[in-house]
Amino acid sequence: MRVPPARRRRALRKASLGVAGLAGFLTVWQLIPTLGLVNPQYLPYVTDVLARLAEQLVDLAFWRRLGSTMTSWAIGLTVATTAAVVLGTIVGLVPLLRRATHTTVEFLRPIPSVALIPLAVLMFGIQQRAALVIIVYASFWQVFVQVIYGVADVDVVARDTARSFGLPRRRQLSHLVLPTALPYLMTGLRLAAAVALILAITAEMVIGNPGLGRMIELSRSAGDATGLYALVVVTGLLGLVVNLVFRFIERRVLSWHQSVRGEEVW
Amino acid sequence: MTGYPGRVAFPPRRRRLGFRIAASLRHALGLPMLLLVAWGLVATRATSQFFPDPLAISQAFVDTWVGPAFVEDVLPSLYRLGLGVAASIVLGVAAGTVIGLAHWLRELLEPLLEFLRAIPPPVLIPVAMLLLGITDTMKVVVVVSGAVWPILLNTIEGVRATDSVMTETATSFRVTWWERLRFLVLPAASPRIMAGVRQALSVALILMVISEMFASSSGLGYRIAYFQRNYLIAEMWSGILLLGLVGVLLAVAFGLVERRVLRWYHGIREVNRA
Amino acid sequence: MPDRSTLLRVEHLRKVYGSSTGDVEAIRDISFSMDAGQLVCIVGPSGCGKTTLLKCLAGLLRPTGGVVEMDGSPVTGPSPAMAVVFQEYGRSLFPWLTVRGNVELPLRHQKLTRAERHTLVADALAAVGLAPVAGSHPWQLSGGMQQRVAIARAIAYQPEVLIMDEPFAAVDAQTRADLEDLVRELHVSRGISVLFVTHDIDESVYLGQRVLVLSQSPTWVQEDLAIDLPPARDQITTRALPRFTELRTHVYDQIQRAKRGQVGSPPAAP
Repeated sequence: MRVPPARRRRALRKASLGVAGLAGFLTVWQLIPTLGLVNPQYLPYVTDVLARLAEQLVDLAFWRRLGSTMTSWAIGLTVATTAAVVLGTIVGLVPLLRRATHTTVEFLRPIPSVALIPLAVLMFGIQQRAALVIIVYASFWQVFVQVIYGVADVDVVARDTARSFGLPRRRQLSHLVLPTALPYLMTGLRLAAAVALILAITAEMVIGNPGLGRMIELSRSAGDATGLYALVVVTGLLGLVVNLVFRFIERRVLSWHQSVRGEEVW
Repeated sequence: MTGYPGRVAFPPRRRRLGFRIAASLRHALGLPMLLLVAWGLVATRATSQFFPDPLAISQAFVDTWVGPAFVEDVLPSLYRLGLGVAASIVLGVAAGTVIGLAHWLRELLEPLLEFLRAIPPPVLIPVAMLLLGITDTMKVVVVVSGAVWPILLNTIEGVRATDSVMTETATSFRVTWWERLRFLVLPAASPRIMAGVRQALSVALILMVISEMFASSSGLGYRIAYFQRNYLIAEMWSGILLLGLVGVLLAVAFGLVERRVLRWYHGIREVNRA
Repeated sequence: MPDRSTLLRVEHLRKVYGSSTGDVEAIRDISFSMDAGQLVCIVGPSGCGKTTLLKCLAGLLRPTGGVVEMDGSPVTGPSPAMAVVFQEYGRSLFPWLTVRGNVELPLRHQKLTRAERHTLVADALAAVGLAPVAGSHPWQLSGGMQQRVAIARAIAYQPEVLIMDEPFAAVDAQTRADLEDLVRELHVSRGISVLFVTHDIDESVYLGQRVLVLSQSPTWVQEDLAIDLPPARDQITTRALPRFTELRTHVYDQIQRAKRGQVGSPPAAP
């Protein structure tokens, strides 16, 4: 397919401006310690940090730590999503349950998940399981709330129509509820994925179970500023990748969903 | 927001007021009561050391937090939180408006912002400790470094999505730059901005707690971690309870402010739904 | 040589949109002039560039060629002598302001005392019959009332010419008739000049002293028709006049021919 030259020019402009922005940021970072505005012991040169980053990328131990962080992330996200979808669908479908759980949810949801870290440590010690408690708690709400909204969003007319045609409950669920709730679910999943990553790393920092977070805390206490900054960059890249992947999945699932809406696929 | 046909329609009142209040109270308090009773039963039967019964927790709550601890631990925490949130709002809305209005600036900063906001905010705590030491400023900076992103990005989106006809209207009536900001751009973006503030509040609370667990000698986060390390289980639970209360109060206060600020927005939605 | 009573003069207006697939000529060559105190309707087939023309007149778009002159001086940007009433009332009124706030907004930067401003607002709202709902928000009102707010905002601005872009296209027939009469009344009682763009042939004949019929895009003025109906107009009696029907049929034929492109060759592009 040929892209019109004007649009290509605009895309090129956008990309080059974006690269310029990143380059500008790195330059400013490099200049701050160079000009002596901040002691390089506290803000190392960007060149050093990038060099350290490159070293890490060929270090097997680094990948092992990254692996444990991502394992916690994946397990926590899966458990939270499964629980949230099941409970959210049930609560969302039954108006009585929705009313009855409202205050409880409104109280439990704002409890900052990190407040549970001490409890998790007490119960499970310095283990991955303690981290999982936090990850699951935090990401559960993201999906749960979205699923409830999504299930409750089913068009009244469509639902009445389905009932009047005597569609059995199971079919109603798959034809009506699932398509309506899917966009909400995907949004919840994307938010939960980001939250789960944040909590996985945070838990490692505070609890001390192995992973990137623990490494960050160790570099800090060892006074290894360069290593610390390199790890911060790593977590940023990781967050970016998680965001992009889930946004991509969301777009993929939803475009497919819209193109097949109303067909006998479910 | 294209056209709002129809008028507000109120559903007919079906039952008497007393009945409805009783019913909604039952719904609001039924499950929490049930859960509390269940907890109490399990806690007394199973004698698990990690789950003291609700009465012990409420006793610990009064003993721990009513008195000097409120001034020493709770107020400083709330102060840092409030300062951090306020700074995030000012910074996020100001920068977001500028970036949202200038096309080239948005393209320049987009990848950078995308990266910066993807950094899990708690990893900035060690960085802030390195740069600022263990100070109050450090904690406020940490709160801002996490809470500013939802506000900033939502403001950019909101400002960008200002309706083209409204913009043309303002142009055709030669509304000044400042008036345009005050009466068009900011109000038009306000639903998005408020959504950003709502997210920012919960992020800010989390960061306040972690930064205190990490590096502090006062504050709610510090206190809860201290109780845990000293096996003061009921006290620890009372701290978790207090944090939950702070979270709920923040959400309620935000809801009140939001309803006032976005009265027009909710009004339109109500009219559209009717 | 323009005489003193000429308010708006458009000469060889041309507008070409640049786009990635090549340039699109929206307006080829439009020339007309309008005297102070006139009510001129512009009508044309759909997609004939009415809105483009109007934005060029109002200084919201820069024409590719030709001139627009207001009171003898060229229009290069939005002018205080013009006020626009847009078709999409729901998007041109600010929902976070009250009716009064919306009418007042364009007056804020003018050198008026608070009392003068309030008088202007109250007067404009009274003129469109909205004084009782001044404290409501636009979205609490019906579509017709919202468009009245937009009209009040325009007349409070005290322009020399009111430019209306298919203002009643989105309201129901009853309301539309009321609003048409409101425009007539404001025109007669306040002597406001009105340039009224519409795609509705009946509306153009009923309202206007002159009707400009536009060709299909790329647009030029196909006919400049004087409407010789008595100045006092009434929805029932005026529309029942044989002359009304004749004019209406004439404009209808012109538009049909414009749609089929059966009109004599356009003026050559300059």
